[in-house]
Amino acid sequence: MQLDPVILFFLLGFGAGLLKAEMRLPSAVYELLTVVLLLSIGLKGGMELAETDWVRLLPQLGGVALMGVVLGLLAFALLRLSRKLPRSDAAAIAAHYGSVSVGTYAVAVAFLDTVGVPYEAYSAAFVVVLEVPAILLGIILVRGLRPDNGWNEVMREVFLGKGVVLLLGGLLIGLIVGAEGVAPLEPLFIDAFKGFLALFLLEMGLVAASQSGTIRRHGIFLLAFALVFPLLGATVGGLTAWLLSMSLGGAVLLATLGASASYIAAPAAMRLSVPEANPGLSLTAALAITFPFNVLVGVPLYYGVLNALYPATGG
Amino acid sequence: MKRKLLTVITEQALERQLVQCIKAAGAHGYTITEARGEGQRGVRNADFDQGANIRVEVVCEANVAQQISEELHRRYFRDFAMVLYLSDVEVLRPEKF
Repeated sequence: MQLDPVILFFLLGFGAGLLKAEMRLPSAVYELLTVVLLLSIGLKGGMELAETDWVRLLPQLGGVALMGVVLGLLAFALLRLSRKLPRSDAAAIAAHYGSVSVGTYAVAVAFLDTVGVPYEAYSAAFVVVLEVPAILLGIILVRGLRPDNGWNEVMREVFLGKGVVLLLGGLLIGLIVGAEGVAPLEPLFIDAFKGFLALFLLEMGLVAASQSGTIRRHGIFLLAFALVFPLLGATVGGLTAWLLSMSLGGAVLLATLGASASYIAAPAAMRLSVPEANPGLSLTAALAITFPFNVLVGVPLYYGVLNALYPATGG
Repeated sequence: MKRKLLTVITEQALERQLVQCIKAAGAHGYTITEARGEGQRGVRNADFDQGANIRVEVVCEANVAQQISEELHRRYFRDFAMVLYLSDVEVLRPEKF
């Protein structure tokens, strides 16, 4: 199978980071890259929603939201059963793994484009729907229904974080103006998507490398969890897609989302709502282990498995 | 004219809450800059959102500085990376602070 060049950018960043090369993107550039990627994914999804009868999607959205909660509970149960972590850490990590990573989603989208498999672009809406419930679940698992900061503060953090605002914003803009309206913006948001993704992955490689030193500190258990849970998550995602009668491409996207762990929205919300949880644990797992795993191994693996199984089940 | 300079170096995640606390205590203003460094809670190299640090400076009257310090101590010292110190400063336009 052809190697996607964006993966090589990730490896370049990762290698440069490990070697402590003099390379760093200014933080403003990283900010811009995430803004463009989130809006691109949102716009693409919105354009497709404009063409679809999106009321029909509401049950799907419900099913996907439920999947986020199931994944969070599954992660929490596994972490607690191991008896290795206090409740707050287990809940915080569970929130990260029930929630999703847009960066990983973008890699899966690029992968499907490269292999030429069509997919439901409106899945961008699933990203938003998956981002939220697991974070709330994580807080409830520790605080019950009374977080220290109050629900106002928590909701603000969850719904007004840049991930949700930009994705939802892009979706709405795409939905309102449709493909024709988005056309003038295509050079930046659609055509240049892969270029921005390449730069983003370069930076993520650097970040993952800078976090990798902490893996040793947190031990083999965290490493094992961060490698095994994505496989479970992908299975749940693939099954959900099959139940929702999505296409093969959509199933790959949903499996990837199930496998991915949040490193933007969840860390920010957990830091404020469950401050006693060690942010190093969840960030190391999500960013330094699961993200590279999904980018390098996971996405092609999920595609390979689903490609072999999916038509057989009549999906 | 003497005033206190309160300096807080902490996680960026706290920015909004910190500003609320500073205003509630009656300070007239504050300055926030991005910060990098290393301490008890490890290197915070600011190359990524969750590793970002900020430095908040407030010039204010001693009692206001005291109130803010106590509040931050109570709310954040246990679980967050936070460095806080006070110094005496000479200000030229006391009505501003």
